[in-house]
Amino acid sequence: MKFIHIFLIVAIILNFNFLNANEIETENKIAKNLRCLICQGQSVYDSDSEFAISLKLVIKNKIQEGLNEEQIYSFLKTKYGEWILYDPVFNRNTYFLWLLPILIFLAGGAIIFKKFYIKK
Amino acid sequence: MKSKFIPLILILIFLITFVIFFKGLKNSNIYTPDINLKKEVPSFELKSFDNDSIVISEKIFEDNDYYLMNIWASWCIPCKEEHKFLMELKKDDRIELIGFNYKDNFKNALSFLKDLGNPYDIIVLDKDGTASIEWGAYGVPESFLVYQNKIIKRFIGQINNEDLLEIQKIIR
Repeated sequence: MKFIHIFLIVAIILNFNFLNANEIETENKIAKNLRCLICQGQSVYDSDSEFAISLKLVIKNKIQEGLNEEQIYSFLKTKYGEWILYDPVFNRNTYFLWLLPILIFLAGGAIIFKKFYIKK
Repeated sequence: MKSKFIPLILILIFLITFVIFFKGLKNSNIYTPDINLKKEVPSFELKSFDNDSIVISEKIFEDNDYYLMNIWASWCIPCKEEHKFLMELKKDDRIELIGFNYKDNFKNALSFLKDLGNPYDIIVLDKDGTASIEWGAYGVPESFLVYQNKIIKRFIGQINNEDLLEIQKIIR
């Protein structure tokens, strides 16, 4: 009986997660926004590859060290480039990507406006 | 005049969009890291393979010589294939080989080295794979050629004869 007690205590201690609830949330959020580099079409959060498992551990350690989300993204960007981020950063290469929907929306709006209001 | 102008613009926008997306189709959607990046060697403190002592990265790379940092594991088949090239490289005194034993079972790693020979000057244990991430690695095997505390070349996947010749040419 005593043995079972000790075993249970040890098991609980070993499973203890040192991050608190909102830190776990941040960890998962970051992992979901990272591309698993060796498994196509999967996020680090979804993947169980060796790389993804280690990367999740790195994220956890960085959170414990006190880094915030942005700092962790920029750390990983220096290691793996922008490719690792699912959400592309707004820069010279992605102007078109970010601005095209807005442009199309504005052009569409202009056409509708012209058709329905100006003619009247 | 006005009605002619609008379709022309629309066709133009369509064409530009088409060209951009068509070009994008040919871009690789597989991760292709830059292999010639000149990056500083990341610092680490890891357990030594030979004993329980802690190895510090600054100590390893302090001589400003050429180093080949090789990530390997006994469970990795390509590591077995590249091993003979590492053994060949070991004969050269101008380069030191640093082994990163990645997520491995110690006994298996030991018998791996016993069977195939030990080309490494220093081996450190990367038990959870986090130190390899600091190097920007994403799989095994992977090797980094280091000179004067900078990564000057990166080899993804197993080292082959061509890579060996290239390394020998660089360190000459």
